Order: sequence, then structure tokens, then C-alpha cells
Amino acid sequence: MAAMAILTASDEAAVRTEFERLGPHPVKLTVFSQELVAGDLCRQNEQLVREVAGLSDRISVEVLNPAIDRERAAAYGVDLVPAIAVEGARDYGIRFFGVPLGYEFTNLVDSIIVASTGEPALEEETKTALGGLARPVHIQVFSTPT
Amino acid sequence: MRLAQHMAVAAKDVRADCIEAGEFPELAQRYGVMAVPKVVINDRVEFEGALPEREFLEAVLRAAGAGPEQAA
Repeated sequence: MAAMAILTASDEAAVRTEFERLGPHPVKLTVFSQELVAGDLCRQNEQLVREVAGLSDRISVEVLNPAIDRERAAAYGVDLVPAIAVEGARDYGIRFFGVPLGYEFTNLVDSIIVASTGEPALEEETKTALGGLARPVHIQVFSTPT
Repeated sequence: MRLAQHMAVAAKDVRADCIEAGEFPELAQRYGVMAVPKVVINDRVEFEGALPEREFLEAVLRAAGAGPEQAA
């Protein structure tokens, strides 16, 4: 039985409009799913990603199971499910943990676009400062769907 | 919090995780998430609410500073 679509027709139309801003690089969304850990959420997450990827032929999807694809999941630094890695010309280190609905969905779409353009919407001053970081930076943003 | 992801694209040493707090209560508890959005950088700098780009950058630079790691 096919699951009901998560995105409404108007969601899809809005995302298609956003995707007109996609840049030159194809985007790969790697989905991390583990049925035994969080089956419902992982299925929902995977479905959402496939619906989004279906809105552009520039977006591909791969699903990994961290319990089976251990080395690759570790290389992505993913130890929780459901999760998504957003990659463009390179792996920029963008990860989503949990199903990105609501506000986080906007962030996912925006992340796909910036991964494909490779051009962050930041002040020159910010980019210069980030180029001279003394050590790696791990930013964790906690949010909720509403 | 699109600044975090844009910073990740700008610099290869920056990683940006967006975490759905409700789905990972243990992680949210470990970082004392009482309100969202809450941002934690390198486990040493944290703030609640959205910051303008300049202040967000200052927090990132503080977290990446050469000083000793703060005790948890």
C-alpha cells in the first residue's frame, strides 16, 4: 500500500519555484534509516526526501542503514536516525537529524539550493573570518517543527 | 537557522547539524534545550533564539578560539 503523500500540491509548487534557484552542482541526499531503531520516523523521513528529490532531476537519493553501512555512516558522522546528509560539489557537512517538517523543511530546501550553488548568502566579512578558523567548528541547531 | 548551513558551505571546517529536538530527547536533555531554536557550537558556546549574522559569527569565532576548552 502506497503511503499518502506528505507534501501537498501547493507545497510541491512552492518547492518547484524555490528549485528554480538551483545552481550548477547536482545535489545528493543521503538518507540514514534504521527500521529497528525508529521505523515510522525513518519511513516518513525517506518518503519526504524522495518526494522532494522527485521535484528536480538534479537531486539524487541514496539510503544507508548505519547498522549495515557502518563505515560510510561513520564517515558521514551520523550515529542517529533518521538523518539526512546534503551534498553538492562536496560534502559541506550539512546534516538533518529527525524528520525535517515545518520550519525545518524550509531549511532543508534552502540547504539543497545552497549546496547546489556552492555560494552561501553571507557577508564577505563573514566568509573571510570563516576562512581563518583556528579549529573545526560543529554547529548544532536544535529546533521543533512548529 | 539557515546561517549555520550557509557557514558550512562557506568553510570546509564547519559542520552544521539541524536537530529535531522532540525526536532526540536524550540529546536535547544533554544540551539543556529548554527553548528553540537553541544553538550549541563545539560544546562550548551556546545561545537561544536567532542571532543576526554578525553575532552568530562572533559566537562561532569564540567557539573556535584557541583558548582551552571549557569544562563541561
